[in-house]
Amino acid sequence: MATNPQGGGPKISDKTDKPKDTGYVLKGLWKYVSHYKVHLIAAIILTLCSNLLALVGPMLSGYAIDAIQPGKGLVVFQTVLYYAGWMIAFYIVSSVLSYILSVLMIRFSQKIIHKMREDLFSKLVELPVSFFDRNQAGDIISKFSYDIDTINTSLSSDFIQVCTSFITVFGSLIMMIIISPILVLVMLVTIPLSLFYTRYMAKKVRPLFRTRSKKLGELNGFVEEMVSGQMTIKAYAAENSVMEKFGRINKETVDAYFEAEYYGSMTGPTVNFINNLSLSLITVLGAVLYLFGKMTLGNISSFVQYSRKFSGPINEMANIISELQSAMAAAERVFKLMDEIPELPDKENANELSEVKGEVKMEGVSFGYIPDKEIIKNLFLYARPGCLTAIVGPTGAGKTTIINLLMRFYDIWGGAIWVDGNEIRDVTRKSLRRSYAMVLQDTWLFSGTIFDNIAYGKENATMDEVVAAAKAAGIHSYIKRLPQGYYTVINEDGMNISKGQKQLLTIARAMLMDAKMLILDEATSNVDTRTEIKIQKAMRKLMENKTCFVIAHRLSTIQGADNILVVDQGDVVEQGTHKELMEKKGFYYKLYNSQFE
Amino acid sequence: MKRVFAYLKPYYPRMALGLFIKILGTFMDLGLPWVLAYILDDVIPKKSVSLILWWGAGMLLLSVGARTLNIVANRMASKVARDATETLRHDLFQKILSLSGRQLNYFTIPSLESRMTSDTYNIHHMIGMMQRIGVRAPIILIGGIIITSTLEPVLTLILIGVFPFMALIVYLVSKKGIPLYTNLQETVDKMVRVVRENITGVRVIKALSKNEYEKGRFSSVNKEVVDKELKAGTLMAVTNPAMNFLLNMGLTLVVIVGAFRVNSGSSEPGKIVAFLSYFMIMLHAVMAITRIFIGVSKASASAKRIAEVLDTEEDLKEIPFEPKNSDYHIEFDNVCFSYTHEPFITDISFGIKKGESLGIIGSTGSGKTTLVHLLMRFYDVDKGSIRINGVDIRSIDKQKLRGMFGVAFQNDVLFAESIYENINLGRGLTKEDVLIATEDAQAASFILNKDDKLNHKLTIKGSNLSGGQKQRLLIARALAGKPEILILDDSSSALDYKTDAQLRKSIRNNYKGTTSIIIAQRISSVMKLDKILVLEEGHMVGYGTHEELLKTCSVYQEIYQSQFGQLEGVL
Repeated sequence: MATNPQGGGPKISDKTDKPKDTGYVLKGLWKYVSHYKVHLIAAIILTLCSNLLALVGPMLSGYAIDAIQPGKGLVVFQTVLYYAGWMIAFYIVSSVLSYILSVLMIRFSQKIIHKMREDLFSKLVELPVSFFDRNQAGDIISKFSYDIDTINTSLSSDFIQVCTSFITVFGSLIMMIIISPILVLVMLVTIPLSLFYTRYMAKKVRPLFRTRSKKLGELNGFVEEMVSGQMTIKAYAAENSVMEKFGRINKETVDAYFEAEYYGSMTGPTVNFINNLSLSLITVLGAVLYLFGKMTLGNISSFVQYSRKFSGPINEMANIISELQSAMAAAERVFKLMDEIPELPDKENANELSEVKGEVKMEGVSFGYIPDKEIIKNLFLYARPGCLTAIVGPTGAGKTTIINLLMRFYDIWGGAIWVDGNEIRDVTRKSLRRSYAMVLQDTWLFSGTIFDNIAYGKENATMDEVVAAAKAAGIHSYIKRLPQGYYTVINEDGMNISKGQKQLLTIARAMLMDAKMLILDEATSNVDTRTEIKIQKAMRKLMENKTCFVIAHRLSTIQGADNILVVDQGDVVEQGTHKELMEKKGFYYKLYNSQFE
Repeated sequence: MKRVFAYLKPYYPRMALGLFIKILGTFMDLGLPWVLAYILDDVIPKKSVSLILWWGAGMLLLSVGARTLNIVANRMASKVARDATETLRHDLFQKILSLSGRQLNYFTIPSLESRMTSDTYNIHHMIGMMQRIGVRAPIILIGGIIITSTLEPVLTLILIGVFPFMALIVYLVSKKGIPLYTNLQETVDKMVRVVRENITGVRVIKALSKNEYEKGRFSSVNKEVVDKELKAGTLMAVTNPAMNFLLNMGLTLVVIVGAFRVNSGSSEPGKIVAFLSYFMIMLHAVMAITRIFIGVSKASASAKRIAEVLDTEEDLKEIPFEPKNSDYHIEFDNVCFSYTHEPFITDISFGIKKGESLGIIGSTGSGKTTLVHLLMRFYDVDKGSIRINGVDIRSIDKQKLRGMFGVAFQNDVLFAESIYENINLGRGLTKEDVLIATEDAQAASFILNKDDKLNHKLTIKGSNLSGGQKQRLLIARALAGKPEILILDDSSSALDYKTDAQLRKSIRNNYKGTTSIIIAQRISSVMKLDKILVLEEGHMVGYGTHEELLKTCSVYQEIYQSQFGQLEGVL
C-alpha cells in the first residue's frame, strides 16, 4: 500500500517521496529524541508490558474453555472462574498501561515538537534577508504547520505502532507454536498471500495516488487564480467559459481520486479475506486435529484469536511504512531549513555604533545578488550629516539594492561602506541597523495593538512617548476616535485601517526611534499626491536633522535633494544635484522630461 | 452537514443498493464464526473428516463472497462520493462567482479559496469513508447481534449490554474533544500568523533588531499550541484503551456465563469459541469507528463552512424600475453608498453623453474605484440611482449590463493562459479583433516580438511580463470587445508618459462611439477629457473641464500644484 486509502487527508502537494538522505534525517531526529531518553525507555518498557499482558488473554480464555466440558454438570467452575479472574486482572492492567503509554507518548512527541518549532523559529529570525527573497512564504509556513505536524503524528503513534507490531507478531507466533506447531503451517499460506498482495497494491496504487495529488494541485491553482480574479470574470461576463473550464478540471480531479480509490478500496475487504481464509483453514485443520484428540477446544479458540492478532500488524505494516516515509521526508525539509546558513556573526571585536552623527560614505562598492552577476560596479557616494540623498530610476531598476547594502541586509562584494568613519562590517549589526529609522513602501504592521505597533522600535516606550510620536505623525486624532484608542487591535494584514493611515503609523514608529539616519523607500507611493501633501508636515519633521536616503518615483518630490543617484538596470548611472543632472542632459534629463509630455 | 448531505439525495438509490450489498457481504464475514461453532459442536461429534472439509469449503466460499461483495460495495461508494463531490464543488464554485462585492468582502478571498479546496476534499474523503468504513461498524455490531442471537440468545445479551457503555464513551469523548480540536485549530492559525508576519516583515524586524522580541512572541504561541494539543490528545487517548477494556470485559463475561449455560445443558462450548471470535471482529470494527471519528469532525467543520457560502442569498437581484427619458448615456443621480456604517460615497450626481469621456481624480480612498464598482453593479447603491440610457441598472440583467463594459481594473489579473485567451476571456473574439486592440493599447510591439505572438503563454499572474506590459495587455482586453463603455481604473500608471499619451490618442481616434471613464492619479492622463470629476472623501468637490476646474476647484488646484508646480523643499 502506497498511501492509506482510508485514513489520512489528501496530500495536496506531492511531497511524500522518500527522503534523500536517511542517515542525515535520523541523526537530526536522534538529537531531539535523545533529550528525552527517559521518556523513550519508559515508553518501550510500557509497550512491552502492555502488549505481553494482552497476549496472555487468549491463552487464559483457552484454559477457561477447556474447563467447560460439553454436557450437563461437567463444568469445572473453580477452574473457569480462576482463569476468568486472571483475564479480568490482565485486561484491566493492560488497558491502564496502554492509556498511560499513549499519554506518555503524546507528552514525549509534544516536547520534541515544541523544541523543534522553537529551534526552527529561532533559526528563521537569524536568516539573512536574501533567504526570504529566495523562498516563498507559503513554503516556509508549511514547514511550521504541515511538516512538523506530520512528524508529530509519526512520533506519537507510528513509533509505538512499530514496537507493538513486532511484539504482537512475534508473541502471537510463539504462542501459536506452543499451542500447535502443525496449525502454524496455515500461516505458510496466508503470510505469502499478504506479502504478495501488499507488494502488488503498492506498485499499482502508488502512481494513482501521485496523479491524484497532482490533479488536486491543479485544481487548487485554478481556483486560486479564478477566485482572485473573480471581479474581472464578472466584468467580462466570462462566468460560463470559466465554469466550463472548471467543470473539466473538477471532473479530472474527482476521476483521479476515484481511480486511486478504485484500487485502494480493495484493501479492507482483501485484508478481511486473508483473515477469513486463515480462520477457515484453522477451523478445518483444528477440527480434524480435535477429532483425533490432538487438540482441545480451548486450544482452537486461543489459536483463532492469536491468528487474528498475528495478521493485524502484518497488514498494517505497509501503511506504517508509508507514513514513516512521509514523516522522514517532512523531517528532512525541517532540518534543511535548520541547516540554512544564518547571517554571518558580527566580528569578534565589533564596536557598538553610538552617538551617530550620520556621515555615510561608500567607496568603490561592488555587489550582485547572484554570484558572477555583478550589478553595482565601483560606486562612490558621500552623504554629510543631515543631508538628503535621493535615489531615482524606473521601476525594477534596483533602487532598493542600495538600501539593502546600507542596512547590511546583504554584504557587499568589494569596496567599503563607512558610517561616521566606521566600516559597517566592523560594528555590530544591531547598532548599525538601529541607527537608521526606516519607512518602507510595504507598510508592515503586525497583529497587536496600535500601541505595540508604534512602540515596536523602542524598547520600554511609554504611553506619553507613543502619543507624542503619533501626534507628530498626525495620526493621534484618528487613533483617539477608534473604539479602543491606542489599544485597538490591528487584525491580520491591518484590514481595518486604510493604506494612508497604515503609512502614518509606520511614520509614527519611525518618529519614536529617534535615529540619526533615515531611509524612506517609496514611503508615500501608497498615498496619492494630495494625501502626500497632508503628511508632508509629518515627513518633514521626521527628516529634520537626519541624514536621509529617499527612494521616490515622483521626480517632483526630490528636486531639492543634495545628491541624486540615478539607477538603471541595477547600477548607478548618474549622480549629482537636480541642476547638474539636468544640465548633463543624460538619463535623468530624459526621465524628468517624459512626465510632461 | 445537512446542506451538504442534500447533495447525496440523487444517489440514495445507488447508496441503498450499495448498502444492501455491503450488508450481504458483511453478513458473510459474520457467518464464518457461526460455521466455526457449528463445526465444533455439531460436525465433530459425527466424526467425519469429509464433512468437516465440506463445511470448510463452505467457509472458503463465504470468505470469497465477502471479499467480492465488499469490494463491489466500496467501489459503488467511491462512485457516489465522486459524483456528489463533483456537483457540490461545481455549485460552490458557481456560487462564489456570483457573490456580490459585499459578500466577497465578508468571506474574504483566501477563505473562499480554502473552502473551495481543502474543505471540499474533506467532504469527498468523508462521503467515501462513511459509506465504506462508517457503515461497516454498525452493520457488524447489529449483524453480530442478529447472528449470535440465533446461536445463543442469552450470551447475546452480554454483547448488547456492552454497547451503551461504548456509546457513552464515544459520546463523552466527542462532546469534549471536538471543541478542544476547534480551539486548537484557532491557536494553530495564530501561530501561523506570527510566522507569516515574520516572513513579510523581515526587513523591519531586522532593521529594528527585534529578533529576541519575535522569538518571545512565537514562544508563547508555540507553548499555547502544545498545551492545547496535549489536552486534546490526552482526552482522545482514552478512547482506545476504554473500548478495548469494555470488549474484553464482555469477552470474559461470555466465558463465565457460558460456563453456567453449558453446565445447565442449554449451550455448547463451541458457541463460546464463536462468541469470542465475534468479539474480536467487533473490536476491530470499533477501532475503525474511533478512526473515522476525527475524519467526521473535520468534515463537519468543512461542511459548515461550505454551507455558509451555499446558503448565501443572492443580494443583487433584478429589481424592476420605470425607465426615464434621458439625454445621458450614463447618469448618477444622488448616489449614496457605504461599506460599513460610515457613508463612503455621498450625493454623487452627474451625467455624460454617449461618446463623451469622463476623468475621475482624487485622493487614495476618496471613492474613485467604488464609483466604478457601483456602475458595474458589484455593489448596490444605498440611495439614489444609476442609470444607463435612462434605465436603472438594477433592472438590467447582470450579464447584459456587464456586457456593455470593457474594463481594466487597478491591479487587474492576468491568467496563466495564452495572450489571446487573456484578451478574449471567453468572448469568442477573432484574432483580428484582438490584434487591433493590442495595437490600440500599444501592446502589439512587444507581443509581436514574441516567437509565438498571440499564442504566447503567460505564467500565473503574468509574472513573466513587466508592469507596463501587463497594463497594456489589460487595456487591450478592455478595448477588444469594442465596448459601449470603457473603464480604465488607474491602469496606465506603469506606462511612461510617451506611451500613455499615444494610448490616449488612439482611444480618442479609434473609439469615437465609446463612452469612456478614466480614473487616474496623474492630471496629465485626464486633462484632455470632456469632463473631470474631482472626489474628496466620497464627496464631489468639482466637476467640469480642466480649465474650469483650474479656476474653480481648490482641490484640483492642489493636485495640479503637487504634480506640475515647483514645490519648494522636498516631498
